[in-house]
Amino acid sequence: MKRRTGKADLQQAPVTFAKGVDERFQASTPLRALLNKVFPDHWSFLLGEIALFSFIILLLTGVFLTLFFDPSMTETAYQGAYPALRGTEMSQAYASSLHLSFEVRGGLFMRQMHHWAALLFMAAIVVHMARIFFTGAYRKPREINWVIGMALFLLGFLAGFTGYSLPDDGLSGTGLRIASAIMLSIPVVGTWVSASIFGGEFPGHLIIGRFYIAHVLLIPGGLLALISVHLGLVFKQKHTQWPGPMRTNTNVVGERMFPRYALKQGGFFMAVFGTVALLAGLFQINPIWLFGPYRAAEVSSASQPDWYVMFMDGLVRLMPNWQIYIGDYSIPPLFWPAVVGLGFFTTAPMAWPWLEARKTGDKRIHNLLERPRDNPERTGIGAMAFTFFIVATISGANDVIADKFHISLNAMTWGGRIGLIVLPALAYYLSVRICLGLQQHDREVLAHGVETGIIRRLPNGQFVEVHQPLGPVDDHGHPLPLEYGGWVVPKKMNRVGALGPAVKGFFYPVEKPSEAPVSPGMPPVSGDTREEITSGRK
Amino acid sequence: MTSDTPARRRLRVFSRRRGVPSRARRRLGAAVRMLAALALAGGVYTAFAPGAFADEPKQLSATAQEGKQLYDNSCISCHGRDGQGVEDRGPSLIGVGSASVEFQVGTGRMPMTRQEAQAEQKKPQFDKNQVKQLGQYIQELGGGPQLPAGELVENLEDNPEAIARGGELFRVNCTSCHGFGGGGGALSSGKFAPALHDATPEEMYAAMLSGPQNMPVFGDNQLTPEEKREIITYITLQLQEDKDPGGLFNLGRYGPSTEGVAIFLVGITLLVFTSLWIAGKS
Repeated sequence: MKRRTGKADLQQAPVTFAKGVDERFQASTPLRALLNKVFPDHWSFLLGEIALFSFIILLLTGVFLTLFFDPSMTETAYQGAYPALRGTEMSQAYASSLHLSFEVRGGLFMRQMHHWAALLFMAAIVVHMARIFFTGAYRKPREINWVIGMALFLLGFLAGFTGYSLPDDGLSGTGLRIASAIMLSIPVVGTWVSASIFGGEFPGHLIIGRFYIAHVLLIPGGLLALISVHLGLVFKQKHTQWPGPMRTNTNVVGERMFPRYALKQGGFFMAVFGTVALLAGLFQINPIWLFGPYRAAEVSSASQPDWYVMFMDGLVRLMPNWQIYIGDYSIPPLFWPAVVGLGFFTTAPMAWPWLEARKTGDKRIHNLLERPRDNPERTGIGAMAFTFFIVATISGANDVIADKFHISLNAMTWGGRIGLIVLPALAYYLSVRICLGLQQHDREVLAHGVETGIIRRLPNGQFVEVHQPLGPVDDHGHPLPLEYGGWVVPKKMNRVGALGPAVKGFFYPVEKPSEAPVSPGMPPVSGDTREEITSGRK
Repeated sequence: MTSDTPARRRLRVFSRRRGVPSRARRRLGAAVRMLAALALAGGVYTAFAPGAFADEPKQLSATAQEGKQLYDNSCISCHGRDGQGVEDRGPSLIGVGSASVEFQVGTGRMPMTRQEAQAEQKKPQFDKNQVKQLGQYIQELGGGPQLPAGELVENLEDNPEAIARGGELFRVNCTSCHGFGGGGGALSSGKFAPALHDATPEEMYAAMLSGPQNMPVFGDNQLTPEEKREIITYITLQLQEDKDPGGLFNLGRYGPSTEGVAIFLVGITLLVFTSLWIAGKS
């Protein structure tokens, strides 16, 4: 400002710019708070980000797809590039999906990216949810965020199903047919529900248009809103952190938002984007051209929903055919797994944080996580729930498994039925035992020290193992008991400094390995002082 | 029923008009009627029944003779003498035709390793020539469907629509068991529809004609020979040519089940390692 020469002062430019911005928008105080916000750092805190980034990829690729997709069920004779369907009567929606796949440059890649990103979105939600559950991150004050997370899974489920239905290929139609059957199975209102969604009898000529607007506007809008609230709450309530040195229930130890955390997140977004692109380029997904246009008379073996719906399909497959008759009315067996089961298993877990707090009487605020082993009860219940989910999901593909592994399909069904009841209980028992065992081992190390692997023989002939105490010792050399902190306890001597730290570097060492300490009395054996061992003869 | 129902009355009226015949006459009449009925039944039977057994051993051609030798060595224990079948072991082969033999023996399904839900495809026990001989023997034994001569795959230059029509017919008739991608599928109790990845046109045609294992028969009145050739055209030129524009790996074309495995094994695994790497950088 002082020197008004012909040349602009480049060094001063950012300063003047930022000053200008702040004078107009008063942004510096909130921005400083934001950029200085501290995030704890642990790999497992990045799982939710995979879902967030997949959602961004879904929005980007989805916008591309809408440019070419025509959500109309008008019949047309296909005249496009794919020879094996040329001349076939099909809906405009299917024809435009084929056009998108075969004639639009990069269209198939974008479609595959969209589908893989959808699978990844749901997978990341489930893996993230597992992390939240097993570490107790949902406890007060974060219960509402747990509920929102479950709602996000449900919305994602609906987004996935509507998207699966849009291309109007054989597999989509089979899925819609099942959805319509599920609606029809609801007592009293079923017929009306189905008729109002399909605009009359299945399949009608409205459903693709209706699902389209749900898929591209309503559900993404809901997802976007819920994701904003979800992240806003994480911001407001601050991230949980693992217990450990310097970490308490009232502080946050980690990295500032800017530059480290933002850089890492930017890099991670690139990694997620790259992974989705890699999947889309290498692995063929949903080859709609093989499925043909949807005809009610055509169905394929191995018709499955996408993986996150498969648990419901599995429950349907495992349900015995118990039809309940009440007078002139009947409740089909489909109702129980598909309506009651789906409704229960996606909404009941929302109440879990309050149920647990009620049972334990714990009303305190928790900002420190618990390791799964430190709450065996919860870990057992989580293992139980996931075992149930996995058995149901596997049963959703039981025909493919039966065929490829040469198992009888009936055996798979019965295995699923029995497994659904027996395995969760077994998983509960095993995980509780494993948690207690791991805890016990940690406590042992705290009480006695690290096992050194050195065996000492006492004068009376007894053998004892020498332990390295982790803390101070009493007059007899026995370690003083250390408090159990719920965090990693060193179990090996090289964790307490017996060996130098590992050499850093991913593919090649980025630093010179430190020299091993040399005892003056025992010089290291070097190559030239060794004598070759021979037989003695020359 | 009481005696004065209208039917009884009518009967009485009928017999009264004729007069009561003597006992001997009634017996003679019964014998004559019986003879006539027997003659009629026998005549109808001889007129319509296949006369395959009448003078079968003499008619066998040289090829069939060779086939009979093979049959008597390898097949007779389950299918019995002259292909009549053995209860609880093997069905009768009368009328199955050479198409059936060429499929079952040519793909190694017969002879079976053991009795189970369904014969597995394995390395054929007989060479092509021997399969032909066996087929000829069974054909001459009891007739049945035969593979037609000529090309079984349509030429797409002459008939470009064959592949689309074949695809349509494939989806209507075949996918419910063999799957959209022709990868096969499970049936009840250990039975299955095999994958079509390595099926030859002859095998597919023979299978449609003869309905092997648990497959239904698609006779020429259900799928005309032309329609069969179109289906084969679609399978060989579209499904088997591995035209997977979507990537290097088609995940077996088993649909969402393998895609679900892939998203966890590849997607989630890669990204968990990435997050370990990113979080480990400090």
